[in-house]
Amino acid sequence: MKNKAYAVLAALACLLFASSAFADKPVDWQTSFQPAATGIMEEITWFEQYTLWFIIPITLLVLLLLIVVVVKFRERANPVPSRTSHNTAIEVIWTVGPVIILLFLAIPSFKLLNAQLTPPQNPDLTVKATGNQWYWSYEYEVGENPLAFDSLLLKDEDRASAGKEDKAAYPRLLAVDNEVVVPAGKTVRLLVTAADVIHAFAMPAFGVKIDAVPGRLNETWFKADREGLYYGQCSELCGKDHAYMPIAVRVVSQEKYDAWLAAAATNLGEANKALMASIDGAAKTVDVAANAAQ
Amino acid sequence: MAGTAVHHDHRHDHSDHAHDADHAHKPLTFFQRWFLSTNHKDIGTLYLIFAIIAGLIGGTLSVFMRAELQEPGIQIFHGLAQMVYGFEGDAAIDGGKHMFNVFTTAHALIMIFFMVMPALIGGFANWMVPIMIGAPDMAFPRMNNISFWLIVPAFLLVLLSMFVEGPAGAYGAGGGWTIYPPFSTSGMPGPAMDLAILGLHIAGASSILGAINFITTILNMRAPGMTLHKMPLFAWSVLITAFLLLLSLPVLAGAITMLLTDRNFGTTFFAPEGGGDPILFQHLFWFFGHPEVYILILPGFGIVSHIISTFSRKPIFGYLGMAYAMVAIGAVGFIVWAHHMYTVGMSLETQRYFVFATMVIAVPTGVKIFSWIATMWGGSIRFTTPMVWAIGFIFLFTVGGVTGVQLANAGLDRALHDTYYVVAHFHYVLSLGAVFAIFAAWYYWFPKMSGYMYSEFLGKLHFWVMFVGVNLIFFPQHFLGLAGMPRRYIDYPDAFAGWNMVSSYGSYIAAAGVLIFLYGVAEAFAKKRVAGDNPWGEGANTLEWQLSSPPPFHQWEQLPRIK
Repeated sequence: MKNKAYAVLAALACLLFASSAFADKPVDWQTSFQPAATGIMEEITWFEQYTLWFIIPITLLVLLLLIVVVVKFRERANPVPSRTSHNTAIEVIWTVGPVIILLFLAIPSFKLLNAQLTPPQNPDLTVKATGNQWYWSYEYEVGENPLAFDSLLLKDEDRASAGKEDKAAYPRLLAVDNEVVVPAGKTVRLLVTAADVIHAFAMPAFGVKIDAVPGRLNETWFKADREGLYYGQCSELCGKDHAYMPIAVRVVSQEKYDAWLAAAATNLGEANKALMASIDGAAKTVDVAANAAQ
Repeated sequence: MAGTAVHHDHRHDHSDHAHDADHAHKPLTFFQRWFLSTNHKDIGTLYLIFAIIAGLIGGTLSVFMRAELQEPGIQIFHGLAQMVYGFEGDAAIDGGKHMFNVFTTAHALIMIFFMVMPALIGGFANWMVPIMIGAPDMAFPRMNNISFWLIVPAFLLVLLSMFVEGPAGAYGAGGGWTIYPPFSTSGMPGPAMDLAILGLHIAGASSILGAINFITTILNMRAPGMTLHKMPLFAWSVLITAFLLLLSLPVLAGAITMLLTDRNFGTTFFAPEGGGDPILFQHLFWFFGHPEVYILILPGFGIVSHIISTFSRKPIFGYLGMAYAMVAIGAVGFIVWAHHMYTVGMSLETQRYFVFATMVIAVPTGVKIFSWIATMWGGSIRFTTPMVWAIGFIFLFTVGGVTGVQLANAGLDRALHDTYYVVAHFHYVLSLGAVFAIFAAWYYWFPKMSGYMYSEFLGKLHFWVMFVGVNLIFFPQHFLGLAGMPRRYIDYPDAFAGWNMVSSYGSYIAAAGVLIFLYGVAEAFAKKRVAGDNPWGEGANTLEWQLSSPPPFHQWEQLPRIK
């Protein structure tokens, strides 16, 4: 019970300090989108907030009108009903009014759609994701020998050996054995397909969701600005382990990415560990530096 | 509402009670009356009983799912799989995971095809449309009978599919109600999917026959003087619904027939390795599927119009606007299907078009909402149980409608597609829209159909328990969807636990509401409070209120004349 009370407090705190919250994964009692890590997701978040400025007042208006009607025109308050059944002016208003509101929604909506579906020319990196029952495989189109690996849900018994015992950073059902690693601030072209049934590649913080369809190569893109570890989940029903094939993307600096890519060509496991060590080391340095500054 | 003033040349004899057959004939035996029935009111009653049974089964499935999702981890489905299918040990976990998908699939199919459609179209429309338009019965009474007796085996096939092999080593069809290939073809080789497809085929045939019957009845059998523009809005809504059924169901039939041959006869309509396309199925499915969701809600629009007008003691505001708003919703409903498919990889131009077309639907829907409020404005409103349900409908449908406007935008839908936001949206318009309309209709016409008055206290208790319950279930699901929780998940990351717990408690409250409903029905039949011909007073001016309660076995032997 106490825990729940804390959770509510934490949720309130999150709502109050939403801008300062930093998370790449869902948090307890979350009521809005995950923080954006790409320009596209920032636009999506803005547009969602923008639509709320229309739909919440409209819903409240309907509620208010219903309350007025219920209070003012109940039988006791108004024993004799009017016989009005037409009013051309008001009918025109409530037909034209919504049309104008829809125009206000449509313009930024089409802008957002354009931005999403017009990928930048000459991407810096192309990664192919293939959905399988029930895991993702990834291929990097780099150099002579493309890097390819599978990414499976992290099993509890493998947490210790992978150095992923921290459930805050590697949550249950989201953590994987091999993350996709991409450089920050670079345009990544993502090609998505599937080997057996339809899956969907989804990365909420990037504003990316695209179906993985057998026999079809779908294309999307993202440019992640913020370094960090990001989580998504398969988003098209694909069978019994649909809930057990998460997607994890690690966004790192160009130097760390280059080092990881070079090492991964020979030994992916070691490359991942070296990358994790360099990130954690850097984080600690930052912490120390921050403490020193205080 | 139009079509209100009626001249009676001859009033029906009230003693001509429902179970006395036509005097010219011998009284019907129980078997003849209920199994060989050609009487629209008896068939309507059968449909309503069928819908209640199917609704209880479909609702029970959903409570199991909410119980599973109350906490992270797998709570009950491994145990269920053990009990039902006899899995042991670790196999029970895998069996349970698939069983969850079977439950989501069966819940959707049952609620759509065997609860909402039979209740609104087979039940209330069958009962009331012929009476309202002044017709003695449906145009094709025997076809009406076969429509009902096709839906029963269809339901049994879908139920049976839950107990035979689906994917290798698991039971039931678990591809969701959308049954997308290749998961529904190569992904589920067992006979479960075939049984579900055959069930859909038969349910579809039943609905097509019903649609033909309604169109013919409404176009040809209106009483003298009842022009289309004087016809009650419920009849309008059913006429439009019947056209949607007639035009959309054959497309579904074609799609699932191709699915069937892909599965069994080596065709490759939807298999890329043979030159087919899985996306083609999605286009065909949603060409049916989108009109289908309007099929579920349009009769509800008609019902709510009658109830609002009756208990405000005012004619419906903007009658023609209301009728043609429904025509517009039905027509535009056919050209928006791919808004269910924004993430399949369609071109920018295609997505733009579907965004635009989808947003257009908000306009006639807004006209309906505001016209209902305008009908109440200046009225003298009595808050009987059906009126309370109808007002609840207007508000909750508005909530579901505005999130629909958000989802229409492909750019935003990219983030929300296949998350719980969508689940919340379509349950607000269907579970809280169509189902609230069904309950409103039940309390509105129960006195007419049975001759007995329900208990106002129990009816209102039912409403408030249900209102609190369903809002607790579905409102938090908006938050889950925004946070990114995908649909059709048996287990979820721990961060989603809070709102899932709230949602599950809501479902137990709603289930209690259903029990109150059943008790209320039993109470009404036990107490036998006589309702009278027209318990609702002068506001109730459609033709059904001119007849006795229950109406005579055959009504309008002398056709009413409408001024």
